[in-house]
Amino acid sequence: MKENMIEFKNVEKRFGNLTVLKDVNLTIENGEIVVIIGPSGSGKSTLLRCINALEMINGGELIIDGIHLPRERHRIKEIRLEAGMVFQQFNLFPHMTALENVMFGPLKARGKSKQEAQKIAEALMEKVGLADRGHHFPSQLSGGQQQRVVIARSLAVQPRMMLFDEPTSALDPELIEEVLVVMQKIAEEGMTMVVVTHEIEFAKKVGTRLLFMDEGIIIEDGKPVDLLTSPKSDRLKKFLRHVV
Amino acid sequence: MDFELEVILEAIPALLEGAKLTCLITVVGLIGGMIVGVLAGLARSAPSISLESENYGLRAAIAKTAGKLAGLFVETIRGTPIIVQAMFIYFAFPLIVRSMLGMPGFRFDALTAAIITIIINAGAYIAEIVRGAVLSIDKGLVEAGLSLGISRFCLYKNIVGPLAFRRMIPPLGNQFIISLKDTSLFIIIGVGELTRQGQEIMASNFRALEIWSTVAIIYLIMTSIMAYTLRRFEKRLKIL
Repeated sequence: MKENMIEFKNVEKRFGNLTVLKDVNLTIENGEIVVIIGPSGSGKSTLLRCINALEMINGGELIIDGIHLPRERHRIKEIRLEAGMVFQQFNLFPHMTALENVMFGPLKARGKSKQEAQKIAEALMEKVGLADRGHHFPSQLSGGQQQRVVIARSLAVQPRMMLFDEPTSALDPELIEEVLVVMQKIAEEGMTMVVVTHEIEFAKKVGTRLLFMDEGIIIEDGKPVDLLTSPKSDRLKKFLRHVV
Repeated sequence: MDFELEVILEAIPALLEGAKLTCLITVVGLIGGMIVGVLAGLARSAPSISLESENYGLRAAIAKTAGKLAGLFVETIRGTPIIVQAMFIYFAFPLIVRSMLGMPGFRFDALTAAIITIIINAGAYIAEIVRGAVLSIDKGLVEAGLSLGISRFCLYKNIVGPLAFRRMIPPLGNQFIISLKDTSLFIIIGVGELTRQGQEIMASNFRALEIWSTVAIIYLIMTSIMAYTLRRFEKRLKIL
């Protein structure tokens, strides 16, 4: 039996008077690669940010790896250890080298020794194809390289799931591919992933499941091929006409 | 106009004694001011860089209250002249202690009052410098740090602190120099610092030109050393 990693039960999220997530119900199992698409302002980033408690839900219940929110909000740190997050704007620590960025999680969040952290970090830098860039500062790296370091930094904490918030949206077109390749590699290793993106091709090739959101509601949920080739709702049809 | 070098040479030992006191008030005052300023500045800026998802319970309530108190402190000090603060601490505050705590003989000596004034005055301005530096840090970095599962303390120590500190150096340099010069105001409570020494010598020999030129130059030397040291320090840390 597959275990549930993420479970949204009637989740609601508001920013002031604006309701961004409306009665969301969603179960994501271990090993799924869920891609979320939708127009801007549809709530897809908010949904992702709720998973690692960067936003706290206002209604319903959210169960991440067995921890119930908001009831067990004092255990947020445990959730974050298990849910790595990759941001659109990279957010590498500018005063640390790439390698130090990757070592940070193991050292400070997992309490590893410096040697262990360095070993983990070097292996991950190798994995994202930047073994020779460890001593560069973020400002000396291209956007694509920075985002690969961010992925390595999140993986270094050894999470059980990875969350990607539009990881390629801030990149020049020619740098997108190198990031997607790394993400595919992680997916193939069986990592549970939730990816908010506009890369439809990635959804088709790597995703095991596709969600289409609009106005805080999950409108369609199914296999990527099915949704993309025969969308049921008018809203998805319209969205795909604009994107593809 | 006659300018006698002799007068200056005679005055220098006493002036240097005064300069020593000026340095003492400045250094001790600024060390204390840094402590007060960092605490008040962090208290004031913490609510605005914390995540809404973590603002709950007793800890958030305490943080909010501390922020408000720090704000009140900063506004009070910024809104009153430093001379009034010095007078209050030297003359008025001991009266309060005497009657409220029942310590009839309580008083500050002038030097202590001067140091406390700098601690409080510089502390309020440094609090604003700290707050400004902390607020200038990209919230994305705060989120990135917390998303790795670290504690708030660890976030401040390793990410917010080092980045904010780099941005604080130029305005801190400014404040340090201002505080050093502000010590000259303690002439009014009778601390024998540099300006007071100059005043006393001047009162006995009436050589205003020689004495005040020398006093000015000694201040200039002290502030230059301070500025130079800070610039060296700034160069060693890359500003990010």
